[in-house]
Amino acid sequence: MDIPFDLIINAVIAGLLLGGFYAAVTAGISISFGMLDIVNIAHPAFILLGSYIAYVVNVELGVDPIVVSILVLPAFYALGGFVYQVYYVSFEKYGQESLRGLAFFFGLLFVTEVCLLLIFGVDYRSVDAVYIGSSVRLGTMEFPLRLLVPCLTSLAMFAGLQIFLARTFIGRAVMAVSQDPLALRLMAVDPTRIKRIAFGISIATASMAGAFLIIIQPVIPSVGRDYIGRIFAICVLGGLGSLPGTLIAALLLGIIESLTSVFYGPSWAPAVSFGILLLTLAVRPSGILGR
Amino acid sequence: MRTPAFIFWQVAAAAALYFVFRYVDNDYIFFASYTVLQFIVLSTAWNILGGYCGYVNFGSAGFFALGAYSSVCLYTIGQSLEELFPESLVAPMQLIFPLPLPVLIIVAGMVAGLVGLGTGYLTLRLRGVFFAIATLALAVVLQTFIVNWSFVGGSRGAYVIPPNEIPFFGPYIQYLFVLMLVLVIISLTCARLIERSRLGYGFATIRDDELAAEACGVPTLRLKLIATVLSGALMGMAGAPFPFYIGYIEPGSAFDLSYAVNSIAMPMIGGTTSWAGPLIGAVLLGTLQQVATVTISSAINLLIVGLLLIGFVIVAPGGIVGLWQKWVSRSSKA
Amino acid sequence: MTAPLLQVSQLSKRFGGFVALDTVDFNVAEGERVGLIGPNGSGKSTLVNCICGTLHNETGSVTFGGEKVDGLIAHERTRRGLARSFQLPRPFMSMSVADNIRVPLLYTVAARVGHHVSKAEADERCMELLKMVGLDAKAAKNPRDLTQVEMRKLELARAMAAEPKLLIADESMAGLSHSEVEDIVTLLIRLNERGVTIIMIEHIMRAVMSFSQRLAVLVSGKKIADGKPDDVIKDQEVIGAYLGQ
Repeated sequence: MDIPFDLIINAVIAGLLLGGFYAAVTAGISISFGMLDIVNIAHPAFILLGSYIAYVVNVELGVDPIVVSILVLPAFYALGGFVYQVYYVSFEKYGQESLRGLAFFFGLLFVTEVCLLLIFGVDYRSVDAVYIGSSVRLGTMEFPLRLLVPCLTSLAMFAGLQIFLARTFIGRAVMAVSQDPLALRLMAVDPTRIKRIAFGISIATASMAGAFLIIIQPVIPSVGRDYIGRIFAICVLGGLGSLPGTLIAALLLGIIESLTSVFYGPSWAPAVSFGILLLTLAVRPSGILGR
Repeated sequence: MRTPAFIFWQVAAAAALYFVFRYVDNDYIFFASYTVLQFIVLSTAWNILGGYCGYVNFGSAGFFALGAYSSVCLYTIGQSLEELFPESLVAPMQLIFPLPLPVLIIVAGMVAGLVGLGTGYLTLRLRGVFFAIATLALAVVLQTFIVNWSFVGGSRGAYVIPPNEIPFFGPYIQYLFVLMLVLVIISLTCARLIERSRLGYGFATIRDDELAAEACGVPTLRLKLIATVLSGALMGMAGAPFPFYIGYIEPGSAFDLSYAVNSIAMPMIGGTTSWAGPLIGAVLLGTLQQVATVTISSAINLLIVGLLLIGFVIVAPGGIVGLWQKWVSRSSKA
Repeated sequence: MTAPLLQVSQLSKRFGGFVALDTVDFNVAEGERVGLIGPNGSGKSTLVNCICGTLHNETGSVTFGGEKVDGLIAHERTRRGLARSFQLPRPFMSMSVADNIRVPLLYTVAARVGHHVSKAEADERCMELLKMVGLDAKAAKNPRDLTQVEMRKLELARAMAAEPKLLIADESMAGLSHSEVEDIVTLLIRLNERGVTIIMIEHIMRAVMSFSQRLAVLVSGKKIADGKPDDVIKDQEVIGAYLGQ
């Protein structure tokens, strides 16, 4: 196969930019699954919720989708807190989280997807923003703005999260809560409250990830399921609970997916992430930087 | 009730059901109940791994579709003998093909069972959560392969044309209906046998506390693999007649999300600790969905299933069977 | 001199940067009654977990009955005759007390004798074990309905149901009354007289002293003493680290 070098370079660039976006998508799960041990497979549904909210406000009021997502952050945070409360009271308190917790989140994923389907139908929806459609060029390298802007914003969000977790008291409490809840209690910090805050943050990231998503590609409700594989593949590959690991894994996945698309066609793309996931689970379940 | 008696009563009930439907003489009732029977098999199969062992399988659609597509594959081979085999082999092959459905069902079971074994071997040594995610991954990977495999039609789909009539039964759908009844009897008997056997104890200890189970001498990995193979095989067998049921199969319908949701919702709503739970859940929800799809819409119908799943999981984790058990023990104490 | 039944050699176990066990040597001869004591967090349960296969040690080895068991998974060690009770009881909540006892009988004992244990036989052995620990009246109850003390007894009975050659009783007497402690000690001694080697991990010094023929002390992952109980409790290091009041 004779593929021009330019095409490969641009595929890698697109992969990197996409990877940055994937990092934002996965950040939430990195917190809820990696640090809190909550298997929130409904996360993609929350992302789609973010996408559709951004869509509606963008179409009705012409506001930039990323701005919309920032404005609704508190609502998503509250939603996350509420969902965690239900989860905690129904399952975590009694140690029943494995089967029933999973079924709960699966039901949530499903119900959200179907509701979005009922409201918005199966037509693809996209948003309008100044930067969509144009690119930055550097020689033969092309940086489509619809990929670049979400990627940069997502990296900023990612950096913000990392600083929060490493430097603030609550952030460090979040990192500690799954490893040593007793120690937290001894410091008069309620582990449940910390988990609720953390889960709230995790869902809040979904709001922004949703805006990024709908900038990058048109969405329909079932798109969420494509992302389940990517999210967990990245999470596991990067190592649970490690934000830097998540970033590296996200970039890697982005590049591999992009190159696969170029060489083998886009219909193989869904298999890539899941294939990587299965491979990682089989060979090195602790991931690249896992604890 | 001993197992032979249990089988006898099932066969009696199944025969009665069949002849009543035949008397009604409306093919639609066979078509509608076929899906309910299919769900009984899928839910019972899911429950062997999910309810008894506590390992959630999100990829039921994958195993179901494996069964369906292995049928499609064998059917397509039978249709294109001249293209596939050298001259000398065509005649003997024509004696074997087209393979009868019961054979297709057994092959489907073996294929799905093997895939279950492989997946299980890779992922069951990890936490249950990783197994669940891997099953999700499996379904998507399988779907991608099928979409890209033109021999079975790929994304364009494939036509599978069954004969219109079949000796003794008459309309082909009645033959499919009876085959599915047989699968129901097999899966329910299997589930009940497991429950009452040493295997059932072992499964329950895995669900309750895998670490303690190991300490008691239970070979947890081996048991989990048995459950996965059995569960996968039954799902594959349920999928084998599907192409003949709908006539035109494409990956979207074979891997439909409703299989994944229903195979989880039906046992959890019916009750996961007994063979009766998936049966009750499948009959109730399956019938409800048949009615809803016709009267409301298929999307709202799935929404109801999802909401019921969430509701039951939070409020009545023992399912309908659990509620009934509580009610019985409360009224016997009163 | 015959080889010890259990031979733990230079065993180390880390959790990330934390060293839970540091080159521990610990031997138990067949038929012995050994006590293992140490302050909370000294690594006693970690040691038990490594011996039984629940955790895997990084370095060192565990030999049981002359066979190196390091590569064996927990249930295989149980089948070879190594049983333990858990410090925090872990009963199977979805089945009755009697059924909890039935599990090791069905899986460990049956595997060892090479054939299935009949229902009648299993029931008989169940009731026998439950009587031994005083739980026969609660045979049909769910573990949820048991008191903490009863759950500890169930935990011990379940370990005994595996008919082990070596039984590790991990703090099975916490919270018991004076007479209950005596009952359990007598029970364990009787078991020992039937040929079961027993390691008792306890904080209740009275029980340990009356039970043990030999006493080992673990502090911060290191074994600091191992010998006759009367000598060990007079050891200055032991007194300083553990008993010192």
